[in-house]
Amino acid sequence: MINCILKPDFIKPVFLGAVIFAALAFLPSLVDSYYMSLAISIVSFAVLATAWSMFSGPTRYISLATVVFFGIGAYTVAVLGEVLPFPVVLVCAALAGTMLALLVGFSTLRLAGVYFVIFTFGLTELVRQVVSWYEVNVTREMGRYIFLDITQNDIYWQLLTLFAVLLLTGFILGRSRLGFALRIIGEDETVARHCGINVTRVKVALFVLSAVFMTLTGAIMAPRWTYIDPVIAFNPMLSFQVVIMALLGGPRRLLGPLLGVIPLTLLFEVLTANFPNHFSIMLGVTFMVIVYLLPGGVIGLYEKYRTPQKASPSNGHSKTEEKTA
Amino acid sequence: MLSYAVFSGITLGGMYALVAMGLTLQYGVSRIMNLAYGELVIVASFAAFVLMTSAGINPVIGLLIFIPASFALNWAIYRILLSPLVARAKNRGMLEVDSILATFGLLFIVQGILLVWFGGNYYSYDFMNGAVDVFGAAIAANRLVALGFALVFGLGFYLVLTRTRMGTALRAVAVDPQSARLVAIDVNFAACFAFALGGAMAAVGGVLVSMFLTFSTSMGVAFTMKALIVVIMGGVGNMLGALVAGLILGIAEALVATYIDPGLTIAVTYVIFLLVLLIKPSGLFGRTVS
Amino acid sequence: MQISSRLRLATLAAATTALMSTAALFGAQAQETYRIGYAISKTGPGAPGANTSTIPNYEMWAKEINDAGGLKVGDKMIPIEVVEYDDRSSSEEAVRAVERLINQDKVDFILSPWGTGLNLAVAPILDRAGYAHLAGTAVTDKAPQLAKRWTNSYWLLGTGEQYAVEMVKFLEQLKSDGKINDKVAMIAVADGFGIELSNAGRDALEERGFELVYDKTYPLGSQDLATIVNEIKSLGADTFVAFSYPPGTLGLTEQARVLQFNPKIFYAGVGTAFPLYKDRFGADAEGVVSLGGASETDPKIASYIERHVAFAGREPDRWASIVNWASLQSLQQAIERAGSTDREAVNAELAKGGFDTILGTYKPGDQNFWQVGQWQDGKFVGIAPTDMEGAHDLVFPKPDWKGAQ
Repeated sequence: MINCILKPDFIKPVFLGAVIFAALAFLPSLVDSYYMSLAISIVSFAVLATAWSMFSGPTRYISLATVVFFGIGAYTVAVLGEVLPFPVVLVCAALAGTMLALLVGFSTLRLAGVYFVIFTFGLTELVRQVVSWYEVNVTREMGRYIFLDITQNDIYWQLLTLFAVLLLTGFILGRSRLGFALRIIGEDETVARHCGINVTRVKVALFVLSAVFMTLTGAIMAPRWTYIDPVIAFNPMLSFQVVIMALLGGPRRLLGPLLGVIPLTLLFEVLTANFPNHFSIMLGVTFMVIVYLLPGGVIGLYEKYRTPQKASPSNGHSKTEEKTA
Repeated sequence: MLSYAVFSGITLGGMYALVAMGLTLQYGVSRIMNLAYGELVIVASFAAFVLMTSAGINPVIGLLIFIPASFALNWAIYRILLSPLVARAKNRGMLEVDSILATFGLLFIVQGILLVWFGGNYYSYDFMNGAVDVFGAAIAANRLVALGFALVFGLGFYLVLTRTRMGTALRAVAVDPQSARLVAIDVNFAACFAFALGGAMAAVGGVLVSMFLTFSTSMGVAFTMKALIVVIMGGVGNMLGALVAGLILGIAEALVATYIDPGLTIAVTYVIFLLVLLIKPSGLFGRTVS
Repeated sequence: MQISSRLRLATLAAATTALMSTAALFGAQAQETYRIGYAISKTGPGAPGANTSTIPNYEMWAKEINDAGGLKVGDKMIPIEVVEYDDRSSSEEAVRAVERLINQDKVDFILSPWGTGLNLAVAPILDRAGYAHLAGTAVTDKAPQLAKRWTNSYWLLGTGEQYAVEMVKFLEQLKSDGKINDKVAMIAVADGFGIELSNAGRDALEERGFELVYDKTYPLGSQDLATIVNEIKSLGADTFVAFSYPPGTLGLTEQARVLQFNPKIFYAGVGTAFPLYKDRFGADAEGVVSLGGASETDPKIASYIERHVAFAGREPDRWASIVNWASLQSLQQAIERAGSTDREAVNAELAKGGFDTILGTYKPGDQNFWQVGQWQDGKFVGIAPTDMEGAHDLVFPKPDWKGAQ
């Protein structure tokens, strides 16, 4: 581990990333609160899509359970937000997410293909129904109020930190034994088994890791809405959005999802702002165009046009991206 | 009480099965994971509504128009939008991802068009709501009609698929399109035909469901999801499986509502679904996939 | 490289749009308009509600004012310009859309989104930016605290408790007159609204010596409630109370009709006061009780309903629509009274109240509208509070279902 960290091909991208994130932290002093809300949207989806890809990229499981963890995080804040200090609440959220992910991971990862997709979707509905039922019959209060003194900028900084931690985790993971094991599993599970890799344990570990980041995103975002009920917290649309963004960007590389998140969030925004009555149609058409014209996602396009030697150093992202790949 | 719960559960389950059967064809045979399926169900509901309220035409009679129209529409969707994806897909996984993305786009387009025409309001009309006495349980006539259609389709298609040449061809395509080609089956035609047939069945479901449910332009996704649950639980591509899965879910809902707590009806459908998947990962009637 | 240029393109596109809207803003201010903004659920689960009780009112309001030449501010007539967005029934979208209205479009006034959740999501932002918030479609027991917390916010539909308690008081009178027995069957939708009303209703009923023979919830989105109705039918309750949402309300009514379950009091929640209900059930709507109500003999209300039909092609609902319209009338008068488009001046006028509206003399947040209403001869009339002017007598007992075709 130590000698791996000291290598220049480790230090350079990490240093570059640190500079970029430090610069991004000053965004609030430069733009008004509308752009901040847009930035929050981008960073939150960036965390979700990257965390999603961390598990789904190598294993090729398409999970629609993103919002389960996101919602659990949001609910933890709603329940504990006024009782405990916020950092402790975040820890509790992470624990709740871990527990659920362990449970789900061990029981479901033997499902394959579309069965896993639909299972995770069913899980979303089940969790939503169970939370509703619990609130109705036990607490007798549906819909919770979150009155916390957390500003939009605080949320932005928290998300940015979370994203930095996530990228660093992913980066280290990519160079660790676990990451190596994952790549083998991604190529061929049978081979991996023969190499003596405990496939299930690796998958579950990754599922939990990805779930913790999703849970934390939900917990950080919750104070923004003042009011949480199961419909708001467990909106299945979120899971779909994350999948689409990650698939568009390219889930098999660390920075791939980001390349889907940024254009799509901006696109959604432009469409929402300009076509309030025809948003659905415009969105649908754009989607179709993407599917037909960009079959391999943005990263596929990148790989297709990349010069054989080295990408131009003009863009920090694509450079780090190439390094980590 | 028990008999009423069982009967209303059967009608409910019949509705689930009816809505799911088209999807099981589209996904099982044509291999298109059609996320816009529910939107096509809703389109038929709106069509029935318009026909009923503006022209006074009985929706069941209207099926004579809706079935061919929807068949043609879905044929066109497959030919224009989906066959390029099928052609370029190297394996089943790629087609799955591509069809999810493409039909997700289609979902928004159809919903957007409905929204422009009908707005976001709730819609509902009164048709065949008279009570029919079934062994002492009063059940609305329109629900019985829907159940009847589900049974006829479920059993009918099961027989067609297992007993006819055409059915055997479709099943062959479902199992292995590559090998099917070797025995002179026109795979493209079969897939397109199955997709269009599935679409026509979605229309039947939409029309019948509109007689007793309040619907709106944003409800399509709910139908897609319910249908997916039934399809997966019954085993992909298996009509009889969809029928049985639908009935199980319907009866379970009614029993839970009667004897435990109506607040848990939706939860119980998902519990059953998840349990079935965990015990038998390829669904009740599904073949085990390698 | 390809990506970076593409990314740059996307950013550029976003920036250009932003710039264009800013340019449009300057152009607009040159010709003096009053800019009204709103983000509302045009799509998603909130869309049917928003389309029933809110969107037509906003659109009709802007059109009527502009047809009359605009708002009379001082000695000038200023037309209204509308900036609208679709929040897709998502809290996050609503938050961002309102930020956009405030910071990008720099609108003069923001009308409320639809539903309790979204109104609460945008309330702190509106408060911070100094915008008044006429929350037209939020029912929350915290309404009084919220109005204190955000001083320029008005929670027009009040608390869930008030509707439940008013209804129970009405039932108590019937019980002491010996008209109904003390058995009540209650069902609620498992959502904020249903739970608040059923909690308040449960307490109020038990306090007044009623026996709850059935007290359950059903999940949001469920329309198949036949088994519930069948069970309730056998319990011998004279009173059936459902705190339900429109699809459930229609489903319950339909299944009650099929099963010939005809209690003396049939109360069903949101949706009964919708024109849809009357269209769907025709003569069978007669005698059904719900929340809301309208004094249709009042010429102002009658004229409002008539204009709404002419504008939107359908009647308004007899609850939130009416209150929303009164708040829009208040807003217009507040601007005209302030004699300026200055936000603080308008906010100050709004807080003073005393507006002449379809609800009579009105201040946003007043609860001077019908809490309990009933379909009588094709009109959804107010029956409680009984001491309100124009209260109708209850049609009792509920007539038999005539049955479906």
